[in-house]
Formats: sequence, structure tokens, C-alpha cells
Amino acid sequence: MKLTLKIWRQKDRNDKGGIETYPIDNVSEHMSFLEMMDVLNEQLVSEGKEPVAFDHDCREGICGMCSMQINGEAHGPDRGVTTCQLHMRKFKDGDTIYIEPFRAKGFPIIKDLVVDRSAFDRIQHAGGFVSVNTSGNTQDANAIPIPKTDADNAFDAATCIGCGACVASCKNASAMLFVSAKVSQFALLPQGKVEAKRRVLNMVEQMDKEGFGNCTNTGACEVECPKGISLENIARMNREYLKASIFSE
Amino acid sequence: MSKSGILKSSIARKVAMALSAFFLMIFLLQHFAINSISLFSASAFNEVSHFMGTNFFIQFIMQPILIFAVVFHFIMGFILEARNMKARSVKYVKNNGNANSTWMSRNMLYSGLVILAFLGLHFYDFWIPEIMHKYVHVLPEDPTRYFGELQHKFVDPVRVGLYCVSFVLLALHLLHGFNSAFQSVGANNKYTRGLKKFGTAYAILIPLGFIVIAIFHHLNHC
Amino acid sequence: MATLDAKIPAGPIKDKWTNHKNKINVVNPANKRLIDVIVVGTGLAGGSAAASLAEMGYNVKAFCFQDSPRRAHSIAAQGGINAAKNYQNDGDSVYRLFYDTVKGGDYRAREANVYRLAEVSANIIDQCVAQGVPFARDYGGLLDNRSFGGVLVSRTFYAKGQTGQQLLLGAYSAMNRQIGKGKIKMYNRHEMLELVKVEGKARGIIARNLVTGEIERHSAHAVVIASGGYGNVFFLSTNAMGSNVTAAWRIHKKGAYFANPCYTQIHPTCIPRSGDYQSKLTLMSESLRNDGRIWVPKHMKDVEAIRNGSRKPTDLTEDERDYYLERRYPAFGNLVPRDVASRAAKERCDAGFGVNETGEAVYLDFASAIQRYGKEKATVLGEQNPSAQRVLELGEKVVEDKYGNLFQMYEKITDDNPYKTPMKIYPAVHYTMGGIWVDYNLMTTIPGCYAAGEANFSDHGANRLGASALMQGLADGYFVLPYTIGDYLADDIRTGEISTDTPEFEEAEKEVISRLEAFINNKGSKSVDHFHKRLGKVMWDKVGMARNEQGLKEAIEEIRQIREEFHKDVFVPGSMYELNPELEKAARVEDFLELGELFAYDALMRTESCGGHFREESAETDGPQKGEAKRDDENFAYVAAWEWTGDPGKATLHKEELTFNDIELKQRSYK
Repeated sequence: MKLTLKIWRQKDRNDKGGIETYPIDNVSEHMSFLEMMDVLNEQLVSEGKEPVAFDHDCREGICGMCSMQINGEAHGPDRGVTTCQLHMRKFKDGDTIYIEPFRAKGFPIIKDLVVDRSAFDRIQHAGGFVSVNTSGNTQDANAIPIPKTDADNAFDAATCIGCGACVASCKNASAMLFVSAKVSQFALLPQGKVEAKRRVLNMVEQMDKEGFGNCTNTGACEVECPKGISLENIARMNREYLKASIFSE
Repeated sequence: MSKSGILKSSIARKVAMALSAFFLMIFLLQHFAINSISLFSASAFNEVSHFMGTNFFIQFIMQPILIFAVVFHFIMGFILEARNMKARSVKYVKNNGNANSTWMSRNMLYSGLVILAFLGLHFYDFWIPEIMHKYVHVLPEDPTRYFGELQHKFVDPVRVGLYCVSFVLLALHLLHGFNSAFQSVGANNKYTRGLKKFGTAYAILIPLGFIVIAIFHHLNHC
Repeated sequence: MATLDAKIPAGPIKDKWTNHKNKINVVNPANKRLIDVIVVGTGLAGGSAAASLAEMGYNVKAFCFQDSPRRAHSIAAQGGINAAKNYQNDGDSVYRLFYDTVKGGDYRAREANVYRLAEVSANIIDQCVAQGVPFARDYGGLLDNRSFGGVLVSRTFYAKGQTGQQLLLGAYSAMNRQIGKGKIKMYNRHEMLELVKVEGKARGIIARNLVTGEIERHSAHAVVIASGGYGNVFFLSTNAMGSNVTAAWRIHKKGAYFANPCYTQIHPTCIPRSGDYQSKLTLMSESLRNDGRIWVPKHMKDVEAIRNGSRKPTDLTEDERDYYLERRYPAFGNLVPRDVASRAAKERCDAGFGVNETGEAVYLDFASAIQRYGKEKATVLGEQNPSAQRVLELGEKVVEDKYGNLFQMYEKITDDNPYKTPMKIYPAVHYTMGGIWVDYNLMTTIPGCYAAGEANFSDHGANRLGASALMQGLADGYFVLPYTIGDYLADDIRTGEISTDTPEFEEAEKEVISRLEAFINNKGSKSVDHFHKRLGKVMWDKVGMARNEQGLKEAIEEIRQIREEFHKDVFVPGSMYELNPELEKAARVEDFLELGELFAYDALMRTESCGGHFREESAETDGPQKGEAKRDDENFAYVAAWEWTGDPGKATLHKEELTFNDIELKQRSYK
């Protein structure tokens, strides 16, 4: 395959940045998108040019490091995959592909396609945990039976990989899907219920502080989420939040 | 935290937006119900209109609440939109919104603005003359004047056209807004699928009904 | 050659850990506030250690090269975590887990450590559930288990195919709680490039801020290395792209012995390579072998027909298939340990029965599991005489519930639907049992420097059983290191804050800067990946699944050659003081190029076959075990710990003799 890549290049956080065009050929349809980027970078290095910086690590869709807006969609046109699992067979010979970083005020650009997602960490610091010491002397794991559906729903919410595709695809750059996934996971489990009120209030407060937009329920996040995190989690967080604000001390 | 939270947080704003929307949607239903009477009986329409126009509860309690809800809904809408614009200061060079969301959901501001402009026209047509009639010039009560005034407004085809266009935009606004409001207050469960269908029906049938009424009177005015 | 003291406590094996904990020094809470600990790596071991140490009161500085601690490669572990809970009432016990792990490790692990691991395993599950880790449950609301390779009980806890993710997020949440309290200072996008020793003790590290490129000095009273394994020395592995040996190698060069580098686990169920551009290999969880049956065609003509596309695998009748694991190992069948399964796949493929174009793939087939589950489900639903279509439908649903995400991942990568046609799999480098030598307290041979998780060598011997890596990482981090480190730090309560304004830090920083500047100024003609790929090829061809003397000698020569060329001809674009991924890679590959040689050297020295280390010269020549690996307990029942002497090929060997008092040494048989 022969492709034309239009890639956002930006030297550092303060640089204005812009789109550069790179032709590339010898792309196999069996390659993953990032392998195609490796080929491009190898080509750039051999020409003595600076390769395109992009985040990636596990390359099996679980670490959440890779983050590219491909042809106007987070992680590209395929569904249920991260950029590293997107394969070139989803494109046609001769295509022009736009590759941009995930954009949001809460995700400042570090370089080229690399963005700073530490806002997500700070939201988790605000309450994304159960306050239990790691003594090992907790009660037996089977002491509290948990209904299978609750456990399954908690698991489904917990599969969020924190990649930020929800923010990137939301027209408002809202982080609600990400935050609600964590809030939901704990709200569904007896272990998390104790701190549920404090958790949701604090996490939402931090989310707002980080400059993410408001959710307007467009549903784009759910569609682009590589792990299929459901909008139900956002509704659950809204409920939890209302409950907590009305009934908290 | 909780007190300031409920006033200032992003979720609280959304909930407030949804609550005002619920009120407006109920109002719309009520408005439609009364208007539709005009299709069948001029006298019944006059009677109901007269009741609405003179009843103390409607005039001095519900009407101010309605005005507040409308003003709140659009001011809050603007605030949210402005904040949301700020949440992504540099836009994408290429954006493919259609791939993951509906046009309606992404353009609530524009459908909302058209509805707002329509409200201006509507006020100019009905509400201001009504207020002038009752409270400024303090003209004598005439319980049979409403039907005639209504028909008179639908003589001009341009006005009917504007009216219809506005209602199409209202339909688009509702197609997203109805279910969005439920999601915002946290209702997303096994009934959601059914509710969605109902919402779609509501969003299409109510504005369509208003359009039918307008065209009916345009064609049948005497 | 000296003998190493592992400081194993005296007494019967089942009391060792309890007695040890009772006797070791403890730092009082007021003093803990005065003590800093650096933790490098935030995977299961590092993350859990950082959280636990901070909870205890130490000031923790945690480092990871990723943009968040949540992205450490533990996240990619799929199948599960073992624990001796015996919830399934199948006779499991601490002893049985201990026994299975030692046997699975081919009797090359330290008994005392493994027993301790088995002992604390049950606590891990309690702890994780308390943290809100959503393990799989049955309809009674209790925890579910599955079975894994190399054992005869069901002791593996899991969360679909994302157990590692859920456990890591649990440790990450425990860290978050401490970061929020200010007890952990988190350094994301930082890479440790040097250890700083003051008066022989580990007192800090030199790290590079990967965003700005600045070189930073960080001091502490103790340093914990939990930086994972070094499988990426093979270039292609199931490790993450960034996984590296640098932290471990840097402490090795400062005096920490490196143990058993040649013990590498080649995982039997990975997606086969598809081309030269391939950047990494993807694992398909071992849990799939619970239900999947592995086979190749019995006849060469069918292999050819499949390769040229004239027959499909589903066309082959049962008689035309060779379920070689079931044939060779009737007792364990498809659930033999990983090393055995990998070698068996290689044996079939080397014999020409590989089923893809490259001849390096075997089938993992779910058809019979789908049938079995479909029928079971129909019975449960009370459907009598369900149609074949209905059975298929029900069966696929059950399989989807169990392995849905793995099947989806497979389909995304290969474009084949594994519900309809068997998966193609082939072994790939996955885990390294070898690592930094540590004593019973997890301390390396540098005082104050600890190693935890995959970075150390301690618990898996020459082969790791499935679902044991997660167990070890969390055991080290939550329940072992936080106690044992106090024994050392108790002497440090009067030390006070450690200044970074000392000649030792100065010198270490200078070394790092000149090393990195050398890459930037080298202006060679080839990319870092060029050398890494060449190294990987040598490692895979000659130091891979089967090794022999000649190949290993050649490998050593070739690696030295590549290393020389690398230093002469590598090209690193950009500058030092900016985000520069090529520079990061260069520093990592430099260390791999040294490790690779020690790795081959260790493999050459160990002329026996054990676990993942298979020497072609050491196989059973006859009897029922013909062709199986042959261990040499007389000469090799020891840990090979290598001391750096300035040249990886001239490392000094130190032995830690392994004594087995509680388990009888015998040939590992899964027949």
C-alpha cells in the first residue's frame, strides 16, 4: 500500500505546531498502525530527520499508552481497539491519513503526538481507591458474597485503560466516561460503598478543576472507547453525585 | 464541598439543565394539547384559552416559573457551551464527528438558537399583544377573541414558513434533548430502551403536531 | 568462586517466615517519617511495595518511565493469579502450591522463598478483594477459579482475561491513596539511569526526566528495583516496547550479582509472527489451554494442503489430526507447563508440520470445547435434543463469556474468527525467571539495594508456572519487602536526610551525561532498532528454545561484534534535553547488548537442561522419557550469580547451592 500521512508536528508544549505531509509506501495490510509508524520513523531516521514522537508501550491494547486521533477519530476508524491494535487492512491503497494528538485543555501536548494525561492520575488521587491498608489481615475474600451481575458490571467498568479516547472524541473534551468508570466500579462493590459519597464528590471536583468540559450526552465517548465502557456508568455517576450532594453531611 | 458542589460542579449544571428541560417538555405538551383543540372547536379553544389567560395560578405562578425556566435553560446552555468550547482550545484539523455521534447531539446550540429566535417572534405575535391587552391597556375581557387572533396570525405564508422551520429545529433539539435529560439525572437502566423510543416519538410527533395546526389554520382561515 | 549466603532463617520450613518476621528489626513510626525509599518501577511489585511502604510511614519516591504508574507491563498479564485458598475443595494447600512451584521450576528455585510465597498467596486475594478488585464470581456470589498449566488443582483467581490489569489497578489505587496524602512522590516519565552508592550502600539514583531530558539526582536510604524482566533482549517478545533491563543492569554493574540470566520462559501460546516489520508478539493467555486443544495435521500432505489453501483446518477429521500434547503427556495433556508445551510445538514445527507460511504455527482448537459447553448449557436450560446450530450458539456464548476479550484481540490482529476456525499459535519469549540475585530479605549484594518481582530471580527456578508471576509480584511488594526492608533501615534512623550534593552523586551524574552525549554525538548511520533486531535474531536463533555449545559460542562472538558496531555506527537523532525516544532506546539497547552476552555465557556454562533452559546435549536418550530434558542435579543444583568485572564475557561466577529438605529432587514428569 501507498499512503499519504498528514501528521501533527509540534516541537514542545509552547510551539505552535502544524501538519506535515509524509508519503510512505511498502505498507503491508497486516501491519498494525504503530508498526506503520515505526516504518515511517525508520525512514525519517535514515534520512537524518527527527522521527515522530508518539506514546506506545504494550502494543496489545491494554496499557492505554497509545493515543492518536486518526482521521478525526480517537484510535482510528475501527471499533473496540486502541491505536496499537488498529491494522492497516482498515485502510485502502492511496488513502490520505490525518494523524493528530488527543486534544483537550486537560491534555497539554508534550511533543508531536505525545500528550500529558497526568490530569487523569490526579483525578484518581482524589478518590479512586478504597481506603484499606495492605496488611493482608483483611477479612477472607469470600466473607462477603457479591452478586455475579454486580461483580460483572464492576469488572466491565474497571476495564477502562485510561487512554483518554473519551476525552479526545468528546466535542466538549469531557472526562465523564473515564471518571464514571472508576466511580461505578467502586459504587457497585460493597467494599467501595463505604466511601462512595466522598469519592464521587472529590473526583468530580478534581475533574472540573482540570479543565475538562461538561458532558452533553453525545455518546461519542462510548463509541470510541476501545474497551466499550458504557454510558450507563455516566448515568450511575450522575445518580451517585446527586445522592452524595443531597445527603452528604 | 457539597453545597458549593451542587451549584458549581459540571454535573450539577447538567442536572439543572435537565430539570429545566423536563419542565419545558411538559409545558410543550400542555401547549400542544390546548392548541390542538383549535383544530376541532373554536369555542372550546376560546374557553380553555380564556381560562389560561385569566386564571390567577396560571398567570402569576406558572407563567413566571415558565419564563424563568426558559431564560435559565438558555443562559445555562450558553454558559455550558462557552465552557465546553474552552475545554479544547486548539481544534482538530480533521474531525469526524459523524462517526461517533449524531448531528443533533453536536448542534444543540444551533437548534437552540433557532428556537430562541422563534420564541422572540412568538412573544411578539402572541404574548406581548396579550400582556398589552390585559395589563397595559386594560381592555375589556372578551372570552371569544382567542380563536380569531390565532387564525389571523397564520394568514401570512412567510410567518407560517418560519413557524414550520422552527419546529423542525425543535424536533432536532428534542431528538437529542429528551433522552439526554434522562441520562443527565442518572436514569439509564433496563427501561432506557423503551424510553428512547418514546422520546423519539415525542420529539417528532409534538413539533409535527404544531406544524399541522399552523398549516391547518393557514389553509382554513376565514 | 565464592559461596553466597542467602540468609535463610533456621527452623522448619513452615515456621521460617513467621519466626523471621517476629525477629527482624522494626523501625518505629516516628522514625519512619525520617526515612526515604526509592522504588523504581510501578508494576505489581513496585506499585504494591511503594503503596505498602508509604502506608507504613516511609517517604517513598516512585519512578516509572510510562506516563502513569498504571501502565506498567503487569497490566498485560491475562490469565490469573494463583493462591492456595482451596475454595474449590480439591485438596489444595500451601504445601501443594509450594510443591507445584518448586517442581514446575524444575528444582532450581530456593525452597524457603517459594514456601513463603505460597504462604502469603491467600492474603493477596483477601487484600485485592478488600481493595475492590472485581474478580470473577459464580452465581452464588463467591470467587471463581480456573486451572492452569502444570498443576492438578483449580487455584487460579481471575478477572476474565484481564487479571493483571485489575490487580495492577488495585495496586495503583493503593498508590493513589498515598500520592494523595503526599506519602508517595510520583515521578512519571522518568527513567533510572544509574545507581548511586555512598560508602558501599545504595543511597540514590540518577534519573532522566524523559520530557525535558534533564538529569536529576534523587537520594534515599534504600533503593528498590522493581523494573521487571529483560525479555526484550530478544527484540521480539510479549513484553511491552519499553520494557528494559536498564535499572537491573545498572545495579549489576555497581555490584549486584545477576542470577541465572539464561532462564527464560518461552510462552507456548502467542500469535505467530507475520512479517519483518513486526514490533512485538502478542500473548494469548495460557488459560486458553484449559479449553483449547493443540494439534497439527498428522500427515505431511495435509500440512501442504493447508499451506496452499486447498484444505481448511476444519476439514480435517479427528483421525487426520495429531493432538501431540495429549499424545505425549496423557496425564497433563494440553495443560503441561509452558516450557514443555513450547518445546513440543517447536519439535513439531521443526519436523515440518507448522501450519502457516513460515512453518511456525500450530493450532489451538476450541471446537470440542464449544460442543461440550453448548451441550452442558442446553441441559442446564432444559432444552432436550437441541439442534447442532443451537449447541454451537450456546457453546460459543459460554466460550465468549470466558475468553471473549482474548478472542476479540486475536481476531483484530489476525483477521481470523477463532470461534469458527482454530487459532494459530507459536511460542514466544514471555518472562525471565533469571534476574538480580537477592537473599531471603530480597536484598541484592549491594547493601540497601533491593529487587522485587520479575526483576529478581528468586521464586520460579528455571521455569515459571502460569499465574505465578502476579502472585510473586504482589507477594514481594505487599507482604515481604515492606517487612524485610525494616531490618536494614533500622540502622539508618540516625542517618538523617541524604544530600545529593556529594562527589558520589556528582560522579554518577557525570557518567550518565557523558554516556548519553556519546550517543547524540556519535552520528553513525544506523538506527537503534537495527542493532536491537540483530541482537534479537542472534538470541532467538542461538539462545532461544533449544541451545547447544556451538551455537552459544557463536552467539557470544556475534553479540560482541554487534555491540562494537553499535558503539561505532549508531545514529541517535535529536538532542539530549528534550523528549527523545530514540535516545531512550539507545541507552536501553546498550544494556541489552551487554546482558545478551552474559545470558549466552550463563547458558553455555549450564550444560544441563532444566526448565526453560534446554541444552540439546542434555536430553534423555532412551526409556519412557526419551527426548525430554535431562537435569543434572549433581553438578548444577545451584544458582549461578554473576559478578560484573567490566566485561560481560568475563563475569565472575558465584554459586548459591540449592538444598532441598522438604521436597525430594526427582525428574519432572508430566506423562
